[in-house]
Amino acid sequence: MRVQTPQDLQNLRRQCLAEQEKFPKRVLVCCGPGCLANGAAKIVEEFRRLLKKKRIKDFSVKALKETGCHGLCQQGPLVVIEPRGIFYTKVKVKHVEEIIERSIRNDEIVTDLLYTDPKTNRTIESYADIDFYSRQHRIALRNLGKISQYSIRDYITRDGYQALAKALTIMTPDQVIEEVTTSGLRGRGGAGFSTGRKWATCRKAEEQPHYVICNGDEGDPGAFMDRAIMEGDPHSVLEGMIICAFAVGSQDGYIYVREEYPLAVQNLQLAVDQANEYGFLGENILGTNFSFNIKISRGGGAFVCGESSALMKSVAGQVGEPRAKYVRSVLKGLFDKPTVLNNVESFANVPVVISEGGKQFATVGTSKSTGTKAFSLVGKVCNTGLIEVPMGTTLREIIYDIGGGIHNDRPFKAVQTGGPSGGCLPESKLDLPVDFDTLTEAGSMMGSGGMIVLDDHTCVVDLAKYFLSFLVEESCGKCIPCREGLYQLHRLAVNISEGTATEEDLEKMEKLSEMIVIGSLCGLGKSGPNPFLSTIRYFRDEYLAHIRDKHCPAGVCRELIRYEVIPEKCDGCMACISTCVVEAITGKKGEPHIIDQDKCDKCGACYAVCNRDAIKVI
Amino acid sequence: MVHLIINGKVAQAEEGEMLLTVIRRQGIEIPALCHHEAVEPFGACRLCTVEITKEEWNGWKNHVTSCLYPVESNLIVNTHSPTVIELRKTLIDLLLARCPNSLKIRQLAEEYGITKTSYEEIPDADNCILCGLCTRICDQMGFDAISTVDRGHGKRVAPPFDEAPPDCVGCLACALNCPTNVIEFTDEGNYRTIWKKQFELITCAKCGKKTITKEFAEVLSESRNIPMSYFEICDECHRKELAQAMGGICSWSREAVS
Repeated sequence: MRVQTPQDLQNLRRQCLAEQEKFPKRVLVCCGPGCLANGAAKIVEEFRRLLKKKRIKDFSVKALKETGCHGLCQQGPLVVIEPRGIFYTKVKVKHVEEIIERSIRNDEIVTDLLYTDPKTNRTIESYADIDFYSRQHRIALRNLGKISQYSIRDYITRDGYQALAKALTIMTPDQVIEEVTTSGLRGRGGAGFSTGRKWATCRKAEEQPHYVICNGDEGDPGAFMDRAIMEGDPHSVLEGMIICAFAVGSQDGYIYVREEYPLAVQNLQLAVDQANEYGFLGENILGTNFSFNIKISRGGGAFVCGESSALMKSVAGQVGEPRAKYVRSVLKGLFDKPTVLNNVESFANVPVVISEGGKQFATVGTSKSTGTKAFSLVGKVCNTGLIEVPMGTTLREIIYDIGGGIHNDRPFKAVQTGGPSGGCLPESKLDLPVDFDTLTEAGSMMGSGGMIVLDDHTCVVDLAKYFLSFLVEESCGKCIPCREGLYQLHRLAVNISEGTATEEDLEKMEKLSEMIVIGSLCGLGKSGPNPFLSTIRYFRDEYLAHIRDKHCPAGVCRELIRYEVIPEKCDGCMACISTCVVEAITGKKGEPHIIDQDKCDKCGACYAVCNRDAIKVI
Repeated sequence: MVHLIINGKVAQAEEGEMLLTVIRRQGIEIPALCHHEAVEPFGACRLCTVEITKEEWNGWKNHVTSCLYPVESNLIVNTHSPTVIELRKTLIDLLLARCPNSLKIRQLAEEYGITKTSYEEIPDADNCILCGLCTRICDQMGFDAISTVDRGHGKRVAPPFDEAPPDCVGCLACALNCPTNVIEFTDEGNYRTIWKKQFELITCAKCGKKTITKEFAEVLSESRNIPMSYFEICDECHRKELAQAMGGICSWSREAVS
């Protein structure tokens, strides 16, 4: 069935809504990566089995939906009962029957499974009232957790493909570009380049054909925004791409997605097939003479293939190595033809820009960074998960109001944004309004939206060392400054963490970093030293403590710390003795234990297992 | 014609030429290890980086690899600015840590006053600087028998699956163009071995000298439409034959004149 006119689409939408309204009660089981890892698939299976068996009046098994990531991953697996929005957390298979009996058959609530606000200690019924959700503003993630990740009809009920119909029937390509430019939308992949300007340049390029590519090669450790969108709401990405193709005059598009995201690959392919079937892709879209096809290109999981020129080489079947972009890829991109490459989140924003208009879109956010930004909030924060906030929201609001503060009420130390090439911001920057420019000025960057919160138990040298080792492995290895320079930078960071470095080494690292920034071929190399540069900028004292005092203040760097028992606190429970794999702890039951420093390999297991705080790190 | 200023002097260049070509034409020497006229510029070694600016850039400067940068009018180029020199020294220093035994790299280092790397030498280092000339030339020859494998610091050049490459014809283009002579091959008796693959060499029917491999001759014969019989004697004997024939013609014509 192909939708031939905008009127057809309206009829289809009414039909889909009517189908949905026939059974107002819906069960939405979050099948995002976090919840799936915690057994969401089994919960869905159990719901399906029991619902089929029980045959509840006024409820259809079709109203059981597997949704994309709902956001509050910390509390998963999550189950939402609509239309009331009852929000069940940490659901297990054994709870399913009770939920069905009480909340589906009847209209009651299983109080034990509700979310408890840690501040007030009161249970909250609807997710809309939880701070984590109520303070967010969702545009790119608008449908996540609300619709089945497999259903184009669900997407249509949420005004899906209306923006496409608007663009194709009452707008010209130039008007579409004008609208996107007015919206101030900037590339959400990290660089923050004006999307409208990029599209306009491609449209004007004389060479043909033009290509549209969606960059779904999200590779930053700890980031999963694009993954969640591709898995949970793939049609919003497709719609954005089709509108873009119409605007820049392209007939062929690619979605580059990493093979490590099997569900994203599967759901995107399903969405492409559905869109073809319904006439949103393929020949003569919506009865117009505009045609566009999308192919899915799977990447091998190289971090560097998120870089535009490397990505395009990879799509073309070559080794994913960046090239010098003295001629920009928007003019000479895939197969050397003009190419628009946008990130998943950027494309997901486009339908909203077109439906609401650029001006309306620009009312959210700051003047230079409009709209919202999705972040994956992870690390030592209470509510880890997927969030979306208006640009200009402060780090403090994100971490303390939405994130619920630091885990176990420990002191905040820093927040790492922008992935491996990003940087760390200290407590003094907590009131920084987050947008593209402020983060760059502060020495970090927006990146694709990873946000890792660190507490006082994180050592910045260790952190820099980790990210540098990631970059050493993930560098494509083409140019010398990145391949050899980052390797040496990492070696020097290792020396600092082992207490064998000197202050001259620190100077050497700063000089080397400067040269890597100047000399590297691509953006990844140029931002490669950032893990070191941003930490040395704000935490020089901590580096110096490692070098001068051979001391790791956070108690992390193994070569510089030792674990000791505090005899006054130790009650001789022997828990640490049984945990220690190198048998370094001795002592009798009821008497304070002793750690043999020669045997101890500083794994920290004793420290973690002691519930009397009788082991200290020095 | 494009006019630009290189190290204070006006230089002329054709539209579309790369900076490095123009710089070298001015007699200015800058190192470039991954550059070769026969293949597309690559920009891996970064040694040819220069500083560029324009009057209208209001003092803003950029550093670009000259092998890849197309000339522009009114470009002001400095091939030896303090930052450029420092970058080049850093790169050479890093290369010396990677290939401490490479003669070529040691010579280059000496030119820039470096005798020993200031970084940690890489354990089990070989002399490969990963300039990619071998793989690119192989590709350009139409064989594509070897490529780089892996990425990051563990990247290396290898035939597929580290086995004798099926597409290699033993032409030696890789080995002879390697700036650090790291690709090993042997010519012993009738056989040549490279990349763990053995080839039979053609013996010149006249002088008995070994020429090229049979496989290479077959490819040349087919792609350039040369009869296989041409490869039966070596280039030198071909020349000799030609010279003798020419000599014959000359003496015949002299006789005819006299």
